[in-house]
Amino acid sequence: MKLPDLTELALRNLRESILRNSLTTIGISVGVASLVAMLSLGTGLQQLFTRRLAKSGLFDTIYVSSRREMRGMGRAEERNGPLPGESRVLDEAARSEIEHLANVSEAYPDIRFATELRFEDKPHLTMISALPQSARTNDAFENLQGHFFSSDTAPEVILQKSFAEELLGKTPPLGVPEPAVSELAAPLLDKELTMRYAQRSTTADPTAGGLGASDISGASYSVVSREQQLKIVGIADLDPESMRGPTRARVFLPLKLAESLHVMQPTDLREISRAASNEPVYSSISVRVKNPSQIQGVEDAIKKMGFTTFSILDASRSLQQVFKVLYAFLGIFGSLALAVASIGIVNTLVMAILERRREIGIMKAIGASDGDVRKLFFAEAGAMGIIGGIFGVIFGWAIGQVINFGTNIYLKSQSIPPEHFWAVPWWLVAFAIGFAFVVSLISGLYPAGRAARLDPVQALRYE
Amino acid sequence: MTTVPAISSPNTAAAIRSENVSRHYRMGETLIRAVDGVSLEVKAGEFLALLGSSGSGKSSLLNLIAGLDRPTAGSVIVQDRDLARLSREELAKYRLHIVGMVFQSFNLIPSMTLLENVELPLRFAEVDRGERESLSRKSLEQVGLKARLHHRPSELSGGEQQRAALARALINKPKLLLADEPTGNLDSHTGTEIMDMLREFNRELGMTVVMVTHERALAERYAERLVFLADGKLIDDRSNVPGGHA
Repeated sequence: MKLPDLTELALRNLRESILRNSLTTIGISVGVASLVAMLSLGTGLQQLFTRRLAKSGLFDTIYVSSRREMRGMGRAEERNGPLPGESRVLDEAARSEIEHLANVSEAYPDIRFATELRFEDKPHLTMISALPQSARTNDAFENLQGHFFSSDTAPEVILQKSFAEELLGKTPPLGVPEPAVSELAAPLLDKELTMRYAQRSTTADPTAGGLGASDISGASYSVVSREQQLKIVGIADLDPESMRGPTRARVFLPLKLAESLHVMQPTDLREISRAASNEPVYSSISVRVKNPSQIQGVEDAIKKMGFTTFSILDASRSLQQVFKVLYAFLGIFGSLALAVASIGIVNTLVMAILERRREIGIMKAIGASDGDVRKLFFAEAGAMGIIGGIFGVIFGWAIGQVINFGTNIYLKSQSIPPEHFWAVPWWLVAFAIGFAFVVSLISGLYPAGRAARLDPVQALRYE
Repeated sequence: MTTVPAISSPNTAAAIRSENVSRHYRMGETLIRAVDGVSLEVKAGEFLALLGSSGSGKSSLLNLIAGLDRPTAGSVIVQDRDLARLSREELAKYRLHIVGMVFQSFNLIPSMTLLENVELPLRFAEVDRGERESLSRKSLEQVGLKARLHHRPSELSGGEQQRAALARALINKPKLLLADEPTGNLDSHTGTEIMDMLREFNRELGMTVVMVTHERALAERYAERLVFLADGKLIDDRSNVPGGHA
């Protein structure tokens, strides 16, 4: 029999016992819906994480440090490279070279130092980090109160929430909910802070009341105590512990301003042999790539220059592994319902054989081959699978929408911005319908074989 | 159209030849000899009636000729084909192209209209849709059911249903028309109508007709040859001069 004829006959047979076949098809729909729901949750979560990570600016960033920094760490990959003592120094020349590599959008030094900030005449010791203007779009500053630095050299400062609490003397004891950022912002924005810092300078400056000249192994530079007035322009609601890179600090300065201050950094002591030159030496620099997909190539190029690199891509690879396992689990649980539904198909078709015994006998008597009968039952199973699959996808999508909607209402009530953590990509739609079809055909194997082998004489005698 | 392999035989005059054919089956401990060593030769174009009481094996013999069942011993050769040697697939093709069958209980598929019932064998023969419909219409017109094409069997009288079954049996232009008690469920008037049609097809289309019946009078009125069975054995075989119209 030809396929259109088979389909037509199969659909007409399904219509004949509409209730039973509908119930079976609904069973398949539920199975497919659960599969779609599970897998779309997995996909949605993965997309959410990827989106979040991309926004965090970590996905397109490579952290470069000198191998000299790795002294004594002895990791295998490090041992393969040049000896730490002989490798290149991460100085301005190296930074500029990296910035001119293909696909690199910027390379900026990670400036980070601990120093004292005075606010209303009280000193506070904290970690300060410098941010480039490109950090403006960083996810970490999404809920920034106030505004980002007006320029790269402005004497402005952004505070992390916990530091703002400290300044106001409002640090809550453990277990007590933290005050809202907006509450902290009002008394702090536009106020002035005084930063006291140690400036590293090659020529001693007698006017600044220097701490004295360092003279170690022939290289000399002086450390001068300086002060800088800073205006508080923003309060950021971010958790410094959750982040890597420049956002792991409690106070942020514009990058160019920080660079111009020539603040003494811990590395300076270690890089003493190079300190004779006037060039600044960085402990690490952040390299931003134009597109996350180019990270690997840029990373390799920087490694070839003799530096150590780290990118979140390494971490995201293990994240992808986690998602693969999650997918498998969700898929297995989702498929369970479909497995139950497939038993329903077997049951329905075996019942159909009993009911249509005579009809099968008639068809055989007038010339239907075993193959025709088998194909007809297969077509019925397949049709139930495809119809169930289509409805299941719609159903699963609807479940996802409802749960998404419900969860976002909850998130809103907890004043967390709504998220889209449910995604039904096209490949999932096609896969779900195809999978339902294949499962149905497998379920149809036994009934179809049984119908095909039916003895026409017996079948026709049957009343 | 026909792909059933033929075996070469010098005797081409015989449409059906059974040689010592038996169909035995077991029912628990007892062996039932439904057909027990029947040898029979039916000439092409003959109208033959298989007579016997119920359980005599006449329907079993018809099923063997129809290729619905296989003999346990002996052979049935139809149009030079040894049915016992055909595969299941070939046997299905044989039933599709060589044989047309009508039954006592009509055996139309209740969920289909008459037109669909009649075109069903053409679907199995993979005839194109357009051709299928025109052939089915013609066949139903031939049996006088032009006005009933889109009715379901349940909406029709017994006589009309049997005529539709005849239309279906003829749709693939078979060489052999096998009828199992075709008038058994009909009153005598409609039964006569059906029998007249059978005779018409036998005479005008040159079709070999084998009819199973237990009504001797009916057989004597239409058949050219009467074969009597009892307990699966052939007990009498005589030619008959069919009576006139009722």
